[in-house]
Amino acid sequence: MQISMTVNGNEVTSDIEPRVLLVHYIREVLGLTGTHWGCDTSNCGTCVVLMDGQPVKSCTVLAAMAAGHDIRTVEGLANGGTLDPVQQGFMEEHGLQCGFCTPGMMLTARALLDKNPHPDTTEIRQAISGQICRCTGYATIVRSVQWAAAHPAGGDSDPTAADVIDGTDTVVEDIPAQIQDTEVKA
Amino acid sequence: MQIPAPFDYVRATSVDNALELLSRHGPESRVVAGGHSLLPMMKLRLSRPEWLIDINDLYELDFILRQGDKLRIGALTRHTTLLESDEVAALFPIVRDAEAVIADPIVRNRGTIGGSLCQADPAEDLSTVCDVLGAEAVIRGPAGERILAMADFHRGPYETAVGQDELLCELRFPVRPRSGSAYEKVERRVGDWAVGAAGASVTLAEDGTIADAAVGLTALGLDHTVAGVAELLRGRQPGEELFAEAARLAAAASDPVADQRGPIDYKRHLADELTRRVLRRACARAAQTQEG
Repeated sequence: MQISMTVNGNEVTSDIEPRVLLVHYIREVLGLTGTHWGCDTSNCGTCVVLMDGQPVKSCTVLAAMAAGHDIRTVEGLANGGTLDPVQQGFMEEHGLQCGFCTPGMMLTARALLDKNPHPDTTEIRQAISGQICRCTGYATIVRSVQWAAAHPAGGDSDPTAADVIDGTDTVVEDIPAQIQDTEVKA
Repeated sequence: MQIPAPFDYVRATSVDNALELLSRHGPESRVVAGGHSLLPMMKLRLSRPEWLIDINDLYELDFILRQGDKLRIGALTRHTTLLESDEVAALFPIVRDAEAVIADPIVRNRGTIGGSLCQADPAEDLSTVCDVLGAEAVIRGPAGERILAMADFHRGPYETAVGQDELLCELRFPVRPRSGSAYEKVERRVGDWAVGAAGASVTLAEDGTIADAAVGLTALGLDHTVAGVAELLRGRQPGEELFAEAARLAAAASDPVADQRGPIDYKRHLADELTRRVLRRACARAAQTQEG
């Protein structure tokens, strides 16, 4: 079947089998291998891409179902040579170790900040709760998203005090009180 | 690599068109909405439909609408929309309680209320929510529309009254004054199925006694609501001793199985403890509604 969709602003059209999953379409047909393919069971979240601005797990969406929609992958985060503030945040705050979960984490962060420019740490943790970092680098991922929130225009200048929401030098508590409560109850 | 077996794919353009496609392609066709239950089953080859009918373009099924003493929710309404709806949370706080612990935020962007109910997984949360709220399911088929109570909608694990050539279109929830509801789930980690969960809905009389109540359990071996709860609670003042009595009823009604999520006695304990908690919270919320 023939499908068309917008990927990172470009219209693409392909002839595919209906059973092709979006993650494989993006990686193998379009050659955009920044989207990673992980657990294949919609648990790990490394395959997250944005569909009409919302994070979705592309291992559990058919390419045919994405036809007509607007897809954004990690390759579409940078604007020309300028990194998205989220990408820069991951650099500044060491938000990646092995890098496998990073594309999905960054896209979820982008969608979160588009919806809620000043998330607190609990909101950031909730937003990425469907994604797994097997290096367990969650604290630095949260700090990276905070960095991006504090630097909405990116850049290498120091943020003004008013821009700093939680402060990049602020210690992020490992377990916010609210989450701790939930776990105690459970 | 998990890839579904080959199938043909078609996008429905309206409910009528979807029904026509279901009739035309027969028993080997399946409807897909969010796809987060069906596609994994197809990838594991547990399900091998020949035709997949995609209903994601049916915006006519994506709505939340207050109409008189009913709240109408379209079957294609996404979990995220339900979670974020202040209108739904004000009328039925149990929906927000449950939605916050269904899968994870990204899966919730795709999954729908209709898909969850039709999948009818025994550990699925919204079935319990709909049970205790006394929801009705609006089903359309070649013969027209029929409206079923949840007790008639659920036929058992993975089985509902929706026929092969029919489509669940809408859920209708009765809005009652002085009512409150709550849901609580124990899960091992975000996105996992429930070890156990309970939901409750309570309506208070003007004198503060309980006028009506329902308790349901998820993943604890009980279909529909706990029998006898309304009779036990009706006419009595909410209180810890009363909640404990109802909780004993729920634990006795539960019939959990031992699995990797826990042994039977632990799950039965959950039925008891979670019932107390949701009744406590539902009554407190009902009382607040009464004051407001």
